[in-house]
Amino acid sequence: MSDLDDFRAETRAWLEANCPQSRRGAFRGFSTFNYWGGRKAVFQDEDQQLWFERMRDKGWTVPEWPVEYGGAGLDKARANILQQEMRRIQAQSPLQSLGIWMLGPALLHFGTPEQKAEHLPKIARGEIRWAQGYSEPGAGSDLASLSTKGELKDGQWVVNGSKIWTTNGDKCDMIFTLVRTEPDAPKHQGISFILIDMDQPGVTTKPIKLINGDDPFVQTFFDNATAPADQVVGPRGKGWDVTKYLLGHEREMIGSSMTNSVTETVSSVAKAKLGADGLKADPGLRIAIAQHEMESWILGIAVERLKDMGKAKQFSQFSPSVLKLMGTELNYRRGELLMSIGGFEAINDLMSEPVHSYLHAPANCIAGGSNEVQLNILSKRALGLPEL
Amino acid sequence: MPLVLTEDEVMLVDAARGFLTKSAPVSALRALRDSGDTLRYTPSVWGEMAENGFIAPHVPEAEGGLGMGYAAAGLIAEQMGHTLAPTPFLSAAIAAELVVQVGSAEQKADLLPKIIAGNLIVGFAFEEGLRHNPAGTAVTFKDGKVSGTKKIVLDGVGAKLLIVVAATDAGPGLFLVDPSAAGVTVRPLDLIDSRNAADVDFADTPATPLGEVGAAKAAIARTLDVARALLAAELLGIADEAFDRTVAYLKERVQFGRPIGSFQALQHRAARLYARLDLTRGAVLKALRALDEGDKAATMLCSLSKGAMSKLAYDVMVEATHMHGGIGVTDELDIGLFYKRVRVASELFGDAHFHTDRIATQAFGI
Ligand SMILES: Cc1cc2nc3c(=O)[nH]c(=O)nc-3n(C[C@H](O)[C@H](O)[C@H](O)COP(=O)(O)OP(=O)(O)OC[C@H]3O[C@@H](n4cnc5c(N)ncnc54)[C@H](O)[C@@H]3O)c2cc1C
Repeated sequence: MSDLDDFRAETRAWLEANCPQSRRGAFRGFSTFNYWGGRKAVFQDEDQQLWFERMRDKGWTVPEWPVEYGGAGLDKARANILQQEMRRIQAQSPLQSLGIWMLGPALLHFGTPEQKAEHLPKIARGEIRWAQGYSEPGAGSDLASLSTKGELKDGQWVVNGSKIWTTNGDKCDMIFTLVRTEPDAPKHQGISFILIDMDQPGVTTKPIKLINGDDPFVQTFFDNATAPADQVVGPRGKGWDVTKYLLGHEREMIGSSMTNSVTETVSSVAKAKLGADGLKADPGLRIAIAQHEMESWILGIAVERLKDMGKAKQFSQFSPSVLKLMGTELNYRRGELLMSIGGFEAINDLMSEPVHSYLHAPANCIAGGSNEVQLNILSKRALGLPEL
Repeated sequence: MPLVLTEDEVMLVDAARGFLTKSAPVSALRALRDSGDTLRYTPSVWGEMAENGFIAPHVPEAEGGLGMGYAAAGLIAEQMGHTLAPTPFLSAAIAAELVVQVGSAEQKADLLPKIIAGNLIVGFAFEEGLRHNPAGTAVTFKDGKVSGTKKIVLDGVGAKLLIVVAATDAGPGLFLVDPSAAGVTVRPLDLIDSRNAADVDFADTPATPLGEVGAAKAAIARTLDVARALLAAELLGIADEAFDRTVAYLKERVQFGRPIGSFQALQHRAARLYARLDLTRGAVLKALRALDEGDKAATMLCSLSKGAMSKLAYDVMVEATHMHGGIGVTDELDIGLFYKRVRVASELFGDAHFHTDRIATQAFGI
């Protein structure tokens, strides 16, 4: 026990001394405030760089990964302590990355030793920024119907087709993709999970503009793009298993990022903006905010319970779908409430924070498998309801 | 404590479930209702619950109780929700809590063993208005006597003791009243869930203070929290049970040549309820754990749990009834009994509206 206490004390002191003041404060969404790494990255300011480099050098961009892969090899208990201590001073994450959240866990689970040694350290050290290449113009919710084609020719994969909704695809260096490699197999069994370098003539991207003015996505085109033969994760034709595993991670992450502990509460925004009297004059809004706070609190407790269950080895395989569904719907209402609180001011500025939340909320209900897809999963697998 | 059950708690749940499905199934409630019995619970079942250690298990060992905590009481309440077991469980938990909080040493020694053994049914005479309202009382205590009217005293019919909240110069006090004393009129109610409750009039009825009058306020507040957390747990049990029965029906009922559970319109509604139940389960356990740990947030967590479960259990019942079609609205199907109990349990000690307002003010300062 006292070992952990020591670890907590050391961690606290280190964070106090090393986390710049400007890197502390409430979570600001997945914006440019945070560092995303990669070959094309530039630091926004000195503090961003300092904080990232200090954390990287301790292996704390990925505290639980083995030291040989750029992590710190922390056990669960120590990783939790680090997280709690970071939260205590509201330290921002030093490195945001699909590599950390998605590809890394997939490689740790399915990758060969060579793949791990090649890719994990570069993710941990923020050297390569990864994109996710699943969706296609013709394959959204029915992802397994995808048609981007891969053929093994002269010892390398040759890929043709296109992916869409590639988040930040123009800023990324490499892309993990789902590619149909066994055209004659049943649809779920003919897909491979292939890692492709985007820095080659066969890969091009085209930006897509969103209703909130951002252009965070691209369409990615593969025109005889190539990847070495050993860049397939998991067995050839078994890419769907890798994806299912990863989507679980993604959904849980989207869902748990909607809780109060990571975002500013709607009630505190309301108090700051409208004051107690303003809210009293608007009892309908007051109750709507309270209801939202209750649901948000419940979601936070559910995330806490999920962690406790994990520690007790009682993982529920349906939690990612539950969190994704409930978290994103909550976020919808959050965006709407922030707009109501912002009133005339909020509708007059496309770049304002409430507008950003309001217009981004629908995206969360679609990304990572739409909420109907989550409901389908729960109906069929959690409840065992029959197919039509 | 983590938000998962301990081994002891899992054993307790199994024991409670085993006992209740055998001795107090839904059919027993139905039979009791149809018999016209005025007590509305079965004393022999209550006696067996005492033998199993299911009555007020949260009373600390130092006070002669089992010391199993509020979580244990909540888990039993949850199982009682599954079978709609009509027992004076909540009244016993409330009475025990009040005595533990403020009772004098003699009062504790006298009352607690009897309550835990199931030998003394105590009614908590608290409400006075149309809806739950903990803010003040019009019942008075003067010169050793209480006067006024209390509403919806749970298990008030046949209770051998009442604990009455009444106003004194030093604020609200708690008073022990013998229901057979002068000036007491017990008027049985006919609650839609077929459980025992009464309105009670007091006219210059002799009353003895329970502990120090000045300590009553905090004890009442604490006890209301406990009652809310236990009702939330019961509501969770009811909602889970009604939901499971509905999902089973979706698989079994055939229309258009296929099970109705294959229709996506129904699947998604069921899946949404599954998600909400899965989420809210944590809040129910968290409130109980917070009571056990003396957490400052306990009072708000009890409101969160009771408010959320009142709303969720109702939403489950609406779907449960609807998805059963015509038979869902008949008395023959048990679903209607769950529906009625949900309404009563939601109304007691504050419904979703009450707790939303309380949380708005006290937890979020709006
Ligand atoms: C913010 C954001 C980021 C994203 N980032 C990436 C990324 O980095 N990489 C990537 O590959 N993809 C990404 N996506 C794509 C995302 O995964 C897809 O948009 C999503 O899977 C839905 O596919 P679709 O857009 O083709 O919609 P469709 O599948 O065409 O769905 C349209 C509507 O039909 C409903 N629907 C579809 N099938 C069913 C069904 N069986 N039952 C009931 N309703 C149904 C859907 O719920 C939806 O409401 C992102 C999307 C968003 C919004």
